[in-house]
Amino acid sequence: MDELLQILDEIHGGVDYENCTTLIDDGILDSFDIISIITEVSSAFDVQIPANEIVPDNFNSAAALWKLIERLEDE
Amino acid sequence: MNNVLEYMEQTAPRLPDKVAFANENTELTFGTVYRRARGTGSALAQRGYYREPVVVYMHKHPDMVNAFFGVVYAGCYYVPIDEEMPAHRIGLIFNTLNPRVVICDAKTRENAEKLNFGGEILMYSEICETPEDTEALRKIRKAALDVDPIYIVFTSGSTGVPKGVVACHRSVIDYIETLSEALEFNENTVYGNQTPLYFDACLKELYPTLKFGATTYLIPKQLFMFPVKLVEFLNEKRINTICWVVSALTMISAFGTFDTVKPEYLRTVAFGSEVFPIKQFNLWRQALPEATFTNLYGPTEATGMCCFYRVDREFGPGDVIPIGGPFRNTEILLLREDNTLAPDGEPGEICVRGTSVTLGYYRNPEKTAEAFVQNPLNTAYPEIIYRTGDLARRNSRGELEFISRKDYQIKHMGHRIELGEIEAVVNLEDDIRISCCVFDDANRKIVLYYVGDTDKNSLAAALRSKLPRYMLPHVIIKLDALPFTPNGKLDRKLLKEMYTGGKANG
Repeated sequence: MDELLQILDEIHGGVDYENCTTLIDDGILDSFDIISIITEVSSAFDVQIPANEIVPDNFNSAAALWKLIERLEDE
Repeated sequence: MNNVLEYMEQTAPRLPDKVAFANENTELTFGTVYRRARGTGSALAQRGYYREPVVVYMHKHPDMVNAFFGVVYAGCYYVPIDEEMPAHRIGLIFNTLNPRVVICDAKTRENAEKLNFGGEILMYSEICETPEDTEALRKIRKAALDVDPIYIVFTSGSTGVPKGVVACHRSVIDYIETLSEALEFNENTVYGNQTPLYFDACLKELYPTLKFGATTYLIPKQLFMFPVKLVEFLNEKRINTICWVVSALTMISAFGTFDTVKPEYLRTVAFGSEVFPIKQFNLWRQALPEATFTNLYGPTEATGMCCFYRVDREFGPGDVIPIGGPFRNTEILLLREDNTLAPDGEPGEICVRGTSVTLGYYRNPEKTAEAFVQNPLNTAYPEIIYRTGDLARRNSRGELEFISRKDYQIKHMGHRIELGEIEAVVNLEDDIRISCCVFDDANRKIVLYYVGDTDKNSLAAALRSKLPRYMLPHVIIKLDALPFTPNGKLDRKLLKEMYTGGKANG
C-alpha cells in the first residue's frame, strides 16, 4: 500500500490519498493521471488492468485501487 | 443564405419535438432551442447590447450551446469561456475584450463576480424564457451582414497572451456546407461531442445539427477516463458520428477496450489535431470495419478545419496518414521561404486561401498583420491569405502530408532540423506509442520524450542507425504519458519547461 501511495503522490501530488474517497467524483484526477496510474501500477505490481476494471469505483480512493491490485495479483 | 441562424429557422418548424442538443440528463428539442435563443436574443437587445462581444461563461451543457445562438440573435458575437479555465487566463481575455456583459449559470456566477470587470452579469436561466421581441429581432436581422462576426475563440499566443480569433457568418456557413459534404452528415446523424465548447472544434457538431435536424450529445468529460463506460455511452445513445482528438480515441484502443465492448452504431470517425499512431489506428479499423475514417486538419484562423483525407487504403507501421486536400472552396498554397510554391515532395508552409479565412485577431493588429497577409502570388489586387506556420509536403499521390510546426525547425550545428522529422522516425520504432521532441535553446540540446515499452538505451541504439548524426537526440526521457493541451495537441511548451525547469532545480 505504501508503494501505491508513493506512486499516486508522484503522479499527482498534494492529495490526501489515505483518506480521500472521491478522487474521481470530485474531479481530482484527470485522464492524464489515470493513464499514468494505470501504466505505473501495471509495471510496479506486474498486473494487467483490463479495460472493464478501468471504472470510477476502482479509482475513487487509494484503498479501492489497492483492492483491485490485490485481486488482480491473485488471479 | 447569409446567417447561421437560418439553419435553425428552417429546421425548428419542421422538427420541433426532435432532440437537438443533449447530455446525460438534459434534452433540448429544436422547438425549445429556437424559443430560448430568440428569448435570449430579445433580452440582450432590450438591454441595448448590439454588435459587441458577449461572454458566455457557463459549464459545458446544452444550455451553453443555446446561449450561443441567443447571442447571435442579438446581433452580437459570443465568446465562450469554460468554467474550468484558470482565472488568470480569463483575466487576460477580459483585458482584450473589455466586455459589457457576461452570461453565466449557477456554477460560474460566483467566479464571474470575482472578476470585477465592471460590466453586467446576466443569468442564462433568467433571460432565456424572455418573451421574444419579434420586431427587435427582425430589425437586427435586416441590418446583419454575412461578414459580421459570430464568435471569438481564444487560442494560446506564443507570447503567453491569448489571441481572439474572430469568425464571421460567411466563413462558418462555408465550413459547415463543405464539411457536411465531405463527412456525409444527414438528419440521422447522432454526434457524440468530445471537444470543449470554448474552441472552434465544436462547430463540427453544433451547426450541422441545426442544418440537418440531427442530434448532438455532449459526452460527460469524466467518461473519457473510463473507456468501457465511454463506449457504453456511445451505444446507449446510438451515437454514429464522432469527431474527436486522437488522444481520446487512443484512450479507448490502448487499453484493450474493444475486447470487452465495441461501439455498435459508430459509422463515421473523424480525428485530428495530432498524428494518429498507426498501431492504435489499425485497432480502430479492425474494431469498426464498416466505418469511414477521416483525418482532419485545420487552424482556428481558417474556421475549424480546412483539409481532410478519407482513409481509402491500408496503413502499416511507418506510414503517415496524410491530411489530404482542402475542402471545396478552399485552396492550400505551400509556400517556401522565398514565397514561391514548393514543388511536389518539398516542404512548404501551409497557407489558406478562401472564405474560410477568418477576420483576424480581436484588437491585435500586429499579430493579425503577421499571419493574415497579402497573397504573395497575387500582385494585382488585395487578397488575404492565412499563414499557418505549419509545414507540409505533397506526396507522390498528390496528397498533403503534415510535417511539423515551422517553429520546430531548429538550426543545429549548421544543419536545419525539423523536430517533427525526428519524431516521425522515432514513431516508426516498434513499441513506441508516441513521442515528442523539444529543443533546449540555451544548451543547444535536442530532448526526446517518448511513451512506449522500449527502454531508452535500445531506442538510442536504434536511432543511431536511422538518423543522421546531427539529428540524434542528446537526451532521451521515457514518460508514462505525454501531456496534451486542452484542445488535444501535444503540450510541447510544458515538455520544454519540464526539461529546462527540472534541470534548473537539480
